[in-house]
Amino acid sequence: MLSVDALQKRLGDFAMRDVSFDVAEGDYFVLLGASGVGKTVLLETLAGLVVPDGGRIVLDGADITATRIQKRRMALVYQDQALFPHMSVKRNIAYGLPGSSWSRRRAHETVEALAATVGASGLLHRHPGTLSGGEAQRVALARALATQPRCLLLDEPLAFLDARARGRMRGLLRALNRQGHTMVHVTHDYEEALSLASHVGIMENGRVVQTGTPTEVFHHPKSEFVAQFVGIRNFFHGTLEPTPEDGIHRFITHGLALHIATNAQPGPGSLILRSEDITLSQTRTDMSAQNSFLGTVVDIAPSARGVEVIIDIGVEVAALVTERAVEHFHLHCGQKIWAGFKATAARFIEE
Amino acid sequence: MPRSRNEPLHWLFAVLGGLVLLFIIAPLAGMALDTSFPELAETARDPEVRQSIGLTLWTSMAATLLLSVAAIPFAWLLARKDFPLKHLVSAIVDVPVVIPHPAAGIALLGILSRDSFAGRTAERFGIEFVGGPAGIVVAMAFVSLPFLINAARDGFAAVPERIERAALNLGASPTRVFFTVSLPLAWRGIVSGLVMMWARGLSEFGAVVVIAYHPIVTPVLIYERFGAFGLKYAQPISVLFILVCLAFFVVIRILTRRQDHVVR
Repeated sequence: MLSVDALQKRLGDFAMRDVSFDVAEGDYFVLLGASGVGKTVLLETLAGLVVPDGGRIVLDGADITATRIQKRRMALVYQDQALFPHMSVKRNIAYGLPGSSWSRRRAHETVEALAATVGASGLLHRHPGTLSGGEAQRVALARALATQPRCLLLDEPLAFLDARARGRMRGLLRALNRQGHTMVHVTHDYEEALSLASHVGIMENGRVVQTGTPTEVFHHPKSEFVAQFVGIRNFFHGTLEPTPEDGIHRFITHGLALHIATNAQPGPGSLILRSEDITLSQTRTDMSAQNSFLGTVVDIAPSARGVEVIIDIGVEVAALVTERAVEHFHLHCGQKIWAGFKATAARFIEE
Repeated sequence: MPRSRNEPLHWLFAVLGGLVLLFIIAPLAGMALDTSFPELAETARDPEVRQSIGLTLWTSMAATLLLSVAAIPFAWLLARKDFPLKHLVSAIVDVPVVIPHPAAGIALLGILSRDSFAGRTAERFGIEFVGGPAGIVVAMAFVSLPFLINAARDGFAAVPERIERAALNLGASPTRVFFTVSLPLAWRGIVSGLVMMWARGLSEFGAVVVIAYHPIVTPVLIYERFGAFGLKYAQPISVLFILVCLAFFVVIRILTRRQDHVVR
């Protein structure tokens, strides 16, 4: 649906060199990049607020690179929302309603419906200055949806929210996506990507260096940069079981039961585990680690921070070990070895 | 701001500040105290004084409102756009402030006199610049315009550009963005510029007197009475004029007071 091809823009010190990616209808596309790689400029370019030096933007088969901002139907939600401070929430949302043919009553009903969609019905008569971060973000979403966009462009929508508001906002974004809205979301936070994305792209040096599903990108980073940046090699989708024993939950993924300590609500979600938290041993050890699995070494790859050993324990997990450990265990592919981690090392992200 | 200990130096500064205030207040207070209420009342009944105050007020307002139509959009341009020679353009805007005002009057007279193209053209439409209210309006506008442009430019510059961009992204035309977002958010700066321009216009003497001694504006009348009759006769009209102007400023400030919007 949206296709970005070799987009370029030079702005002072910053340069977007060659940005290309595709987003399919109904996708939730998360672009991950460190702060200052030009994610906001990219969104503004897609929205038409910034004119690119080169490249093409194609939406629904039509080249919109030179299309006027007002005709693009790409709604941008800024990180700080950029609500109109002199208008009520209601007028903010109504601002983008298309066409003057709308009757007052129609407009009123539409605004109410949009406010209900984002959970801002009680805020209509407030002014933006009085809203919390999460409320302002929801109003900004409603205002963007009023334009009936083909695509929502989100600039770090969870950045300024506290943990609770963040959880609710994630739920809202996911719900909007399920309703069929195509999303392009930029962030520096891989957890956002994990919990929301159907596809992710990694930005480095003004380029998109890898795109794919989260599994493809996170489990098989194409470059050292991607591996470093995504930071996390081990993540699994699954379900957190409801009944904890002594605060320890069971997390079920691919038929495996992992023990994790968390206060999170039970239900579907992702488990993330840093590769440096996984220990290897030749025998089943009786340590504090509750999770011990016998697996097979399937890959050994040196990396900038040590040696990455991939072990298949039913799912593939990556363990980061030292050169000395590799020598000590005489590690080689096909070898049977125990992999373990503490229940407190795993982190669960609710869906 | 955290409270800090008052150093002797700060006391010295406070004393200096007090002297500055005294310097402003003393002459005005002295003049006001020198003028008795009956004198003031008599002056207020003087038809020539009334006429001149009325003329001064409406010409200065006309100058401000007429020029604001062009000056406010121009101020937006200066706040938002980069263009070649922008520094030069900004410097030109400030020229009326720095040149001597009688010289400004002479310059204006040159292009507005009956011998000039502009003067002849205006005459054909029944407008006389030299010795007419139109000339007064032009002279006031010339010397006071920078105050409006600079204040409005600062007002527009203080509006986060992202908010204008967000409006464009929501499908609004640049015209709609200007009138529904930029203008309301820059309103305080613009109003303060309008008031400054108006105040500067109605107090103008040098440029106005060159173009139109008559009809007589109040600053010229004050000067005339001083020249013809002396200090005692110039004081009541001065006090009266100051009071009328202050009353207008207060009313305008109250009328244009709006809720402060917190720009997030």
